[in-house]
Amino acid sequence: MISILILIPFVAAIVVLFSGEKAKTISFYAAIAELIVSFYALTLFRADGGMQFVQDYWWIPSLGISYTVGADGISMLLVLLTTVLTPLIIYSSFSHNYSRPGLFYSLILIMQAALIGVFTALDGFLFYVFWELALIPIYLICLVWGGKDRVRITLKFFIYTLFGSLLMLVALIWLWLQTPGTHSFALEALYKIQLTPGQSGWIFWAFFISFAIKMPVFPFHTWQPDTYTDSPTPGTMLLSGIMLKMGVYGLIRWLLPIATEGIGQWGWLALSLSLVSVLYASIIALVQKDFKRLIAFSSIAHVGLISAGVFSLSLQGTQGAVIQMLNHGINVVGLFFIADILSTRLKTREMSEMGGIRLVAPRFSAVFIILVMASIALPLTNGFVGEFLLINGIFQVSGRMAAVAGLTIILGAVYMLTSYRKIVLGDKQARTALFADLTPQEKGVLVPLVVLIIAIGVYPSPILRFAEPSVKAILGIIHGHGGMALMN
Amino acid sequence: MVTLIILAGLGLISLFSEIFSFRKILYPLILAGLAAAFVANITDWNTGGAIFNNMMHSDHFSVAFNGVLIATAFFWFLVSPGYFHDPTNRTDHFSLLLFSLTGATLLTSFSNMIMLFLGIEILSISLYVLAGSKKQDLASNEAALKYFLIGSFTTGFLLFGMALLYGASGSFNLEAISRFIANNQGQGNVLVYTGVILMMSALAFKVSATPFHFWAPDVYQGSPTVVTSFMSTVVKTAALAAFLRLFMYCFGTINGFWSGGIEIIAAASIIIGNLTAIFQDDFKRMIAYSGVSHAGYMLLAILAMNNSSASSLLYYSAGYSLSLLVAFSALLLVAKATGAETISAFNGLAKRNPLLAGITIIAMLSLAGIPPTAGFFGKYYIFSAALKSNYTGLVVLAVFGSLVGVLYYFRVIIVMFREGSDTRPVVASPGERIYLLLIAFLILFIGVWPGYLVSLL
Repeated sequence: MISILILIPFVAAIVVLFSGEKAKTISFYAAIAELIVSFYALTLFRADGGMQFVQDYWWIPSLGISYTVGADGISMLLVLLTTVLTPLIIYSSFSHNYSRPGLFYSLILIMQAALIGVFTALDGFLFYVFWELALIPIYLICLVWGGKDRVRITLKFFIYTLFGSLLMLVALIWLWLQTPGTHSFALEALYKIQLTPGQSGWIFWAFFISFAIKMPVFPFHTWQPDTYTDSPTPGTMLLSGIMLKMGVYGLIRWLLPIATEGIGQWGWLALSLSLVSVLYASIIALVQKDFKRLIAFSSIAHVGLISAGVFSLSLQGTQGAVIQMLNHGINVVGLFFIADILSTRLKTREMSEMGGIRLVAPRFSAVFIILVMASIALPLTNGFVGEFLLINGIFQVSGRMAAVAGLTIILGAVYMLTSYRKIVLGDKQARTALFADLTPQEKGVLVPLVVLIIAIGVYPSPILRFAEPSVKAILGIIHGHGGMALMN
Repeated sequence: MVTLIILAGLGLISLFSEIFSFRKILYPLILAGLAAAFVANITDWNTGGAIFNNMMHSDHFSVAFNGVLIATAFFWFLVSPGYFHDPTNRTDHFSLLLFSLTGATLLTSFSNMIMLFLGIEILSISLYVLAGSKKQDLASNEAALKYFLIGSFTTGFLLFGMALLYGASGSFNLEAISRFIANNQGQGNVLVYTGVILMMSALAFKVSATPFHFWAPDVYQGSPTVVTSFMSTVVKTAALAAFLRLFMYCFGTINGFWSGGIEIIAAASIIIGNLTAIFQDDFKRMIAYSGVSHAGYMLLAILAMNNSSASSLLYYSAGYSLSLLVAFSALLLVAKATGAETISAFNGLAKRNPLLAGITIIAMLSLAGIPPTAGFFGKYYIFSAALKSNYTGLVVLAVFGSLVGVLYYFRVIIVMFREGSDTRPVVASPGERIYLLLIAFLILFIGVWPGYLVSLL
């Protein structure tokens, strides 16, 4: 099942590469087909905390490397996030004509395949290969179709993330050498390794830096704002909507259960860094003039909170992280699409040059305010559920930290609402007087997102129930309750 | 044994082709001969043993490395011959290259110091001539002279080292020497140790490792590109195989003595090779310096001294050779269109020839060690071999080195997408396209399914 999900985009990517001008539609249909298959997988899925759809084949037997994929609740949700967002991202690009469409859309599809691979790999080596494989398409997307300063920015981005990846690779090889017998990269075998506290600390840092760069968490974030701002919008959406979740997923699946001792020693520092990045990014977001850049910083703030929730090691915090990963993906893709609409129509991203859009484009303004509300976690939107759980989780560690985390909501409200006021409210400007309302294509992207925002906000419990057994299984390993049967 | 005879025979035949005027059929004959040598080599897999009065020893190690060498040479012959400018001299070049390949196969299978010496000399002397094969070109002449002078100096080192070892042990036979070293740890040390150090320097020169790398940039740049491509693939692989064979199987028992030296050489190669390659504008100089760093990575395999050393070196050199073959073929095509061999000659290649650009990207990703290419698995495999023997510090250094590597390999990728003023199309003939696609496919194939190569040794 999982292999089919990985294979469809790969095959489609090859077709799309040679399809010339039809690339847009073919890739869109491929993404829709992928979505249908993933929904079919969902109907077969039982949320019992175990790995499902497990496929296990030897890849390089002499080195203990195997092709093992499978999904538990957390993986399944992230796979669904990928398969839901990718067609929307492709559809959102229909109003643009990118040069070399064949290459552009096939890179997006390769990226999708690699992301699904990351979320379902149960073998350390396989995980690493997919992890890196996701990096190349996004690098090329930003390099070829990015903004003015793209060469420098994308190289910085690539080197930064590769640095993290290589640290993780060394850590993985080292762990591999600790497995008994002929060595193995299987997740189960890695979970069983007994590390001394010192070793565990090293492994913790190697993994944490790698994931922290990807998310990004302060102080490893400096590649992010530039890259988000300078990438073409579909690239930014892929980066922020899905790729960033690779880091959080890595924390939950690979870091927490393997470096348990290391978390005991350093978890507080990781939690503090996450909170620092919440505060830091929120404050910088307050003074941004460029709307796309503002969303980039708000993204750092949100993901910092998610990471803090994971390091709270509580059921609520981790559950919140899982659900907030989905929510953030949905919201941020919507917001970047709004930013894209604004900059295409107004030929600027400066918020000071906007205003009065409400008067000419009421539908646009309505959708926009829903996205803003979801982003600042208003009740009945999806953001509320996630942030409530996250802060609840952090509160169980320390009330003061929870207070800091709570600031993100207040500061978030300040900068999001301010930007909404600047862009949408007020008097019409020369630029905005002829602002056209949403086109059918734009509605086609935004309406599903809005529906998801409200649906998750009103009735989140299916998702929570879906993820709960898996989260409990992983927390069980950390809190030493042992005896977990991961594979069934 | 048959392999060696076929290769040497092919070299002789191409020399005589001028006299007996069958030049036209020579080229297909060589390809067929190489294919025959490859097959003959494979049949030696289980029937090996001591040959030529125990001067050589055919074992799994030598068969595997010979396979890589002959296959690389075969691919090289597929694409390169069209680029020798002077058509009248073509056959000489062919025979020289075949002799050089013969020398390379000696280096993988010697069991006697004499054969090591002969192998290195047969390999090198042909190359001294080939480096200068653009007779009217000053740079080519300079390359030949430099290579020859430093090369002969190194030969002196090698011979002196051998003589000292002979003085200590009374034999040129590797087995006898290694037995002597194992039995007499305390006696005759000075002779043995000095000999080992001298031989280490000589071999480090051949693999262009720091601090013996200074010839590489000039020679790589000055030689005709096809020769550079041969030098950096076949010659480097053979020299590293000899290095491993000698140090692991003959000097293995005193690795406590020499490993410190190789550690320094490897670390210095990784640092200096990578840092200097960033600042090169000439494509071949960049490859030369990056080749220094790759030599550093490959030395990690020799340092590791465990059961995956030979296997990881084999895999790494196969992946490295394939990637370089693509890189140099791309350079040849680009240079034909633009007349320049700089990195900026690749400007706008994505528009001028998208297929070639795509294949070059694969080669660059492989050289930089990004999955799912062969270069990545090679690095992974060598690093894991070194970690297994607790060279954690060196592996971390190598990891940083590969990070720096991204800087210069990606420069080539970046300029390909730059909209340059030069929009002349870069033409590749159908044959060249098939050839490039085939090798790019191989890079990906052994990258994704490394199992076959890995389980050989």
